[in-house]
Amino acid sequence: MADGPVAELLLRRLEASDGGLDSAELAAELGMEHQAVVGAVKSLQALGEVIEAELRSTKRWELTAEGEEIAREGSHEARVFRSIPPEGLAQSELMRLPSGKVGFSKAMSNKWIRVDKSAADGPRVFRVVDSMEDEVQRRLQLIQGGQAEKLGEKERSELRKRKLLAEVGSWRDRPFKPYNFLAHGVLPDSGHLHPLLKVRSQFRQIFLEMGFTEMPTDNFIESSFWNFDALFQPQQHPARDQHDTFFLRDPAEALQLPMDYVQRVKRTHSQGGYGSQGYKYTWKLDEARKNLLRTHTTSASARALYRLAQKKPFTPVKYFSIDRVFRNETLDATHLAEFHQIEGVVADHGLTLGHLMGVLREFFTKLGITQLRFKPAYNPYTEPSMEVFSYHQGLKKWVEVGNSGVFRPEMLLPMGLPENVSVIAWGLSLERPTMIKYGINNIRDLVGHKVNLQMVYDSPLCRLDAEPRPPPTQEAA
Amino acid sequence: MPTVSVKRDLLFQALGRTYTDEEFDELCFEFGLELDEITSEKEIISKEQGNVKAAGASDVVLYKIDVPANRYDLLCLEGLVRGLQVFKERIKAPVYKRVMPDGKIQKLIITEETAKIRPFAVAAVLRNIKFTKDRYDSFIELQEKLHQNICRKRALVAIGTHDLDTLSGPFTYTAKRPSDIKFKPLNKTKEYTACELMNIYKTDNHLKHYLHIIENKPLYPVIYDSNGVVLSMPPIINGDHSRITVNTRNIFIECTGTDFTKAKIVLDIIVTMFSEYCENQFTVEAAEVVFPNGKSYTFPELAYRKEMVRADLINKKVGIRETPENLAKLLTRMYLKSEVIGDGNQIEIEIPPTRADIIHACDIVEDAAIAYGYNNIQMTLPKTYTIANQFPLNKLTELLRYDMAAAGFTEVLTFALCSQEDIADKLGLDISATKAVHISNPKTAEFQVARTTLLPGLLKTIAANRKMPLPLKLFEISDIVIKDSNTGPAFFPGRCAEIFARGQSVGKLGVLHPDVITKFELTMPCSSLEINIGPFL
Repeated sequence: MADGPVAELLLRRLEASDGGLDSAELAAELGMEHQAVVGAVKSLQALGEVIEAELRSTKRWELTAEGEEIAREGSHEARVFRSIPPEGLAQSELMRLPSGKVGFSKAMSNKWIRVDKSAADGPRVFRVVDSMEDEVQRRLQLIQGGQAEKLGEKERSELRKRKLLAEVGSWRDRPFKPYNFLAHGVLPDSGHLHPLLKVRSQFRQIFLEMGFTEMPTDNFIESSFWNFDALFQPQQHPARDQHDTFFLRDPAEALQLPMDYVQRVKRTHSQGGYGSQGYKYTWKLDEARKNLLRTHTTSASARALYRLAQKKPFTPVKYFSIDRVFRNETLDATHLAEFHQIEGVVADHGLTLGHLMGVLREFFTKLGITQLRFKPAYNPYTEPSMEVFSYHQGLKKWVEVGNSGVFRPEMLLPMGLPENVSVIAWGLSLERPTMIKYGINNIRDLVGHKVNLQMVYDSPLCRLDAEPRPPPTQEAA
Repeated sequence: MPTVSVKRDLLFQALGRTYTDEEFDELCFEFGLELDEITSEKEIISKEQGNVKAAGASDVVLYKIDVPANRYDLLCLEGLVRGLQVFKERIKAPVYKRVMPDGKIQKLIITEETAKIRPFAVAAVLRNIKFTKDRYDSFIELQEKLHQNICRKRALVAIGTHDLDTLSGPFTYTAKRPSDIKFKPLNKTKEYTACELMNIYKTDNHLKHYLHIIENKPLYPVIYDSNGVVLSMPPIINGDHSRITVNTRNIFIECTGTDFTKAKIVLDIIVTMFSEYCENQFTVEAAEVVFPNGKSYTFPELAYRKEMVRADLINKKVGIRETPENLAKLLTRMYLKSEVIGDGNQIEIEIPPTRADIIHACDIVEDAAIAYGYNNIQMTLPKTYTIANQFPLNKLTELLRYDMAAAGFTEVLTFALCSQEDIADKLGLDISATKAVHISNPKTAEFQVARTTLLPGLLKTIAANRKMPLPLKLFEISDIVIKDSNTGPAFFPGRCAEIFARGQSVGKLGVLHPDVITKFELTMPCSSLEINIGPFL
């Protein structure tokens, strides 16, 4: 722009002139848009040391249509005055005149007229003074003559209030610079919620909508007893290895365990009972006391079911929890030592595998997943067990979306739950659906302190029942 | 999940038909297996060591199949084939029999020295077996799989298989001082004492993981034959003398360990799987094991157990309505031979020695459901009527989260595990004063302790986001782990305060001490607030 034709013209004129140029005048002279001249000025300014420009705002005043009428015919109050004959005029008649209503009160406050209320046939208006100066008309005519500056600010303001005067160059007539819709804009100051926790809030809603009560899970630390033994997971199970579980050095052992229940669990593991062969190994209390960072929230479910079993008579329940668990496994792009587990549990008389599948269908429908398939699986504490698969449109294959099963009697009966009560349960991770929804490939970009805060700032609403979109493409800067 | 690698064409040959990959994948899905990967030896080497090393390797197609962790009978091609054929009703489940030998029974005598280190042993004989290269490889591979799974990396049970024709019984299982044990182990050319072997195997990538099981004990387990030949030094290595080859005809199997039940199961699995290749198919020759107290047992147990389950129980638990006869048919397909007995409602189920995973009626229910087909079960909703309640702490947390964001703060999610430094030194505290919970054997410093305060996580987040425009206003509402109340982070003197609500101390706020800022590699002044929301419930 600085080397464009307008700029060149401007420079030539400037050279030739003395005392500078007015951009508006120049624009008029050159017959072009004022904005084009302003644009040239600004780009020349940007070069530095070439021109100097000073911003001046000039206001031009123009009469409105009413103002023009008054300049011609006189103000309403003057017309009212002139229409009153020496003998006066009935007020009712006066009011019927064109300027009557508008001019009457002004003429009164100017003390040009008075009203005699005691007149014989109704209030009568008389002149007070013999003649008057129609200031308003005079002022308007001044402005019409281009001498608005002869009036004071206050006088102009008054006329503007009476809508007789308008400032020109007000927005109605001015051309506006077109918007640059490609500019980024200025973001308003705001706070943000973390995407994983937004998803968590949605899952909480889903469970609450389905009538599930939230279990207490405010304990990252758990004993091996509640994390494994109470779930009928044997003490030599590989998951209880140092390699998979974070055991505690300090405090190393849980001291408070319900001993009569512990005894029943011990018997079931080592000798069987409740219709089971048991595992037939030597069960050790020391092993059960070992403290650890919980590897699943199923330990919280076990605690909740145990508490339920102590209440007689039995009442059916639906429980859920969403909280953090810890695994000491190999870390990679989709696995961290800490992640969140979602778990749902239903305990009632006569629940079947068909019921579990039905509950799963309702749950996943709320996530917008309607095509489900179930596959036999194995968990130490559920039998039957099922892996839940859904059809991924993008990948064109079935992908696992959760794990589920019916808790084993060896787990439920030692707690004291009645024999015909079945407990169905299912679980999935919170991180996986979040990463899919928000288009994040590496879990480290979602969880932990190394997360890019811009990602948190930019993460959209969590709408679980809407189709997942591909991640937004970056616009070239 | 254990993975079994089988040659695809061998598998199809044994199954009597071919499948497309999709068809086989579908079959696995139905049965509860997973076709994890289709590859070849060449591809595997190529991935791990590059194309050059892979040249010349076999490109025979391999199926890697994931098998449930409690199905020891599916850990080899033989077991998979048998299971799938019975499932598809192409064969009847073979009946495994223990037979007494024509001549003298093989004897394994356990001495009392083993009691302190590895007290249990079981044994059996596979008579007149015929191996091919593939069968032999499968035999070795199954032992390895069992070692990794049910044997808990040989700690619970270790398997030794020996060419019986190179040995002469009776065998003695004892324990001796390492210096007193000397033999030529498998794959070596001369004799070594046990001490020397322990040293040599420290650098053996395969065996070094098992040394710890006996290393520091005064006596090491060892099995001899009547001529003093060492069969094996469990759980480390077998002797070279009795090693098995493709041409071996008679195999003596011994399993030693610390879990008697598992040793018996393991033995049963090996002999049931491979007795298929014995001249007298599916028969196993008995062996006698004499314990230190004089008690003698005959192995393998190969016990068949009968269980009774009501047909309506199965129907009720699964949510189907099959006749008892149909249910019996379904179970028979799952290798659980069943028939309807009694009043027509009872099903008698025979549990073979290969199904040690069946320990309760619920295991039988699952098998019935698998044979029925999970995806054929009608989905229904429970009639359970419940009123939902939120956990008060979480309810309050949600309310606070939204208003914190409304106040302009950004939520972060930081790790609960961190280094000792993060919660102590960097905050100007001594670690013992923090009453923190310590993790045993942390792999790295990042897993030393559980956080006693949320502050380090927030500060580390700021440090990792240096390029973000200021101000940075962050918050987190989550659990911390403390043994009892801690003393709080180091604030700038005179610029901190304890927060009281309803007369109770609920937390602290203040300007952080410059030392804290520097230790977290930050440069800007920082103030923090931390309160316990428990008292507000």
